[in-house]
Amino acid sequence: MNSYLFELKEGLIISFKAIRANKVRSILTTLGIIIGVWAVVTMSTAIKGIDLAFQSGVSSLGSDNLYIDKWAWFTNDTPWWELRNRKNLDMEDYERFVSLAELPLAVAPSMFSRETVKHEDKALEFINITGTTHNYLETTNLVMEEGRFFNELESDGNRNVIVLGSEVNKKLFPLGNGLGNYVRVKGQKLKVVGILEEQGSWVMGNFNPDNQVFVPIGFVFKYLQRESFGSITINVRAPNSTMVEPVKEEAIGIMRRVRGLSYDQPDDFSINQQEGLLSEINSTIGVIQIAGLFITGLSLFVGAIGIMNIMFVSVKERTKEIGIRKAIGAKRRTILGQFISESAVICLLGGTIGLGLAVLTSFIINQFLPTAVQIDAVFLAIIISILTGVLSGFAPAYTAAKMDPVDALRYE
Amino acid sequence: MNIINIEHIAKIYQVGSEEVHALADVSLKIDKNEYVAIMGPSGSGKSTLMNILGCLDTPTKGLYEFTGVNVSDMNDNELAVIRNRQIGFVFQTFNLLPRSDALHNVELPLIYSGIPYQERRDRAKEALGQVGLADRMDHKPNELSGGQRQRVAIARALVTDPSIILADEPTGNLDTKTGEDIMHLFHLLHEQGNTIILVTHEEYIAEHAARIIRIRDGLIESDTPVVNRVETKSNGISLQS
Ligand SMILES: Nc1ncnc2c1ncn2[C@@H]1O[C@H](COP(=O)(O)OP(=O)(O)OP(=O)(O)O)[C@@H](O)[C@H]1O
Ligand SMILES: [Mg+2]
Repeated sequence: MNSYLFELKEGLIISFKAIRANKVRSILTTLGIIIGVWAVVTMSTAIKGIDLAFQSGVSSLGSDNLYIDKWAWFTNDTPWWELRNRKNLDMEDYERFVSLAELPLAVAPSMFSRETVKHEDKALEFINITGTTHNYLETTNLVMEEGRFFNELESDGNRNVIVLGSEVNKKLFPLGNGLGNYVRVKGQKLKVVGILEEQGSWVMGNFNPDNQVFVPIGFVFKYLQRESFGSITINVRAPNSTMVEPVKEEAIGIMRRVRGLSYDQPDDFSINQQEGLLSEINSTIGVIQIAGLFITGLSLFVGAIGIMNIMFVSVKERTKEIGIRKAIGAKRRTILGQFISESAVICLLGGTIGLGLAVLTSFIINQFLPTAVQIDAVFLAIIISILTGVLSGFAPAYTAAKMDPVDALRYE
Repeated sequence: MNIINIEHIAKIYQVGSEEVHALADVSLKIDKNEYVAIMGPSGSGKSTLMNILGCLDTPTKGLYEFTGVNVSDMNDNELAVIRNRQIGFVFQTFNLLPRSDALHNVELPLIYSGIPYQERRDRAKEALGQVGLADRMDHKPNELSGGQRQRVAIARALVTDPSIILADEPTGNLDTKTGEDIMHLFHLLHEQGNTIILVTHEEYIAEHAARIIRIRDGLIESDTPVVNRVETKSNGISLQS
């Protein structure tokens, strides 16, 4: 054991000497590994970032929430045309649901529309406008940054009031004077009564609350989307996660009553949940992961071939050196270890550089995705580079180890 | 006891369809503290014999006992250990590692026998001192003269305190005067009790030894003691020990 450690140490010292003596070649050789490790680490970091962003985007919906909708988020068994033929959910359904439901913490309707939102010469196109009621906030995890959500009076009276998502506010009012100011939607002047706290997740895109605005639902029906053409969503929040199932059970029962379904008719509504979204996202990310690992693995493989090639050249070139070492008593094992550790050291150096570049890259990625190089990616990179070195160095090292000393010494 | 005992050694190379008998049938005994020169025309099998004696190569046929141990059937690793501990080899072309300094070249055999850092450094410095190169330890081979390189190679051969020193034309690449310096070193090593075998083309060099073996076509032609041994001059080189 001791002698193995000793040989390992001496082998590493010899490797460092050899690498120093062939600087340019060593750098060129490592390029493949640098790129490979960089790709692996960057890819895994990016995937982690995407994952994290999705998760946080989804969890901003709240895990205790149910969404009663005409549409199912995931249509596994019900074909879409059947969904389309369902009767729209309307405000009447909502009101009857509210009056019958006992378990939910809060219930609010919502109706989406897309419009241009303007302030003076600034205009934001295709902004998601959510029409809802005063208790909408209680069905979400959203928090006010400034001002307040519109109140019952404003909501019932369909006043021209609006709550802005943080991004919308920043774009329309870069000076920060949004609160109390006015914006225009479809020619209507709406007063900004509140601004939401930033959610900071890009994944949900236009569905990210940061990019949305909220108005009384009546405003949407009046100016943007006639009630009879659209279907509302009923947002239901359970008091806590253990209550989600009972709330769901109750909601199904009530909705069947409200919609007047007989016992043999299927539901003509869907109860959507974040959970389903998560599993959908996870399987998508799984696919990205496999594809990413395959591609980056390929680049590492190319790097490994490069190392192997160079090590073969190096062994050939140093045939005389190998002969000398064998003549004065180096065993096969010693020579094998020397060349393997040389290739492992080269790869480790390359891997470290690649890792450094990946850390730099992650700062750039961090501009878009909340992520950083994880400690497990660091270990992964180190292990991968050593492993690549050992594996790609083995064949060349083996040819070196089994050289005949007399032949090797005679080699010119 | 004999350090070397070979009986009916043959080395046969297959070149195409032809068999080359580099050594046909050689038997030989060499005692401790002998000083032997091997001579013969080019291609007669001198290097082949030296390589077998030095455990760098194995005979096709025959028996080889080194210090009483049968080495003819040893495997690669066992031979490596013998080369490392018991044999000091000096080559015509020096065979130093070009990128390592003199000290590292000399300590290399000690690295392979697992001697700890400080001890092997000390021993390598001592060996370099013995060959008069104490002030050249950090020089690379290309910063040394031919004679100095050969002295580094001799220091490397000595450093493990081997049972035998084998030198295949050690003066072949050196001018007469430098060659004489090297021969003086061998003389001193012999006086210290070392066993030395050297190969040479030159009668004058061979006559430094106490016994001359002549070979021709892979066979021993004659094996005679030297009557008038050549005395070496010190030329300022002395062995310190
Ligand atoms: N690897 C080999 N394959 C084939 N033949 C070989 C091989 N090595 C040596 N020989 C042959 O064996 C014979 C002896 O060679 P060796 O090198 O021992 O001669 P030598 O006496 O040392 O010659 P020199 O004085 O020129 O160094 C030569 O005929 C040579 O061609
Ligand atoms: Mg020869």
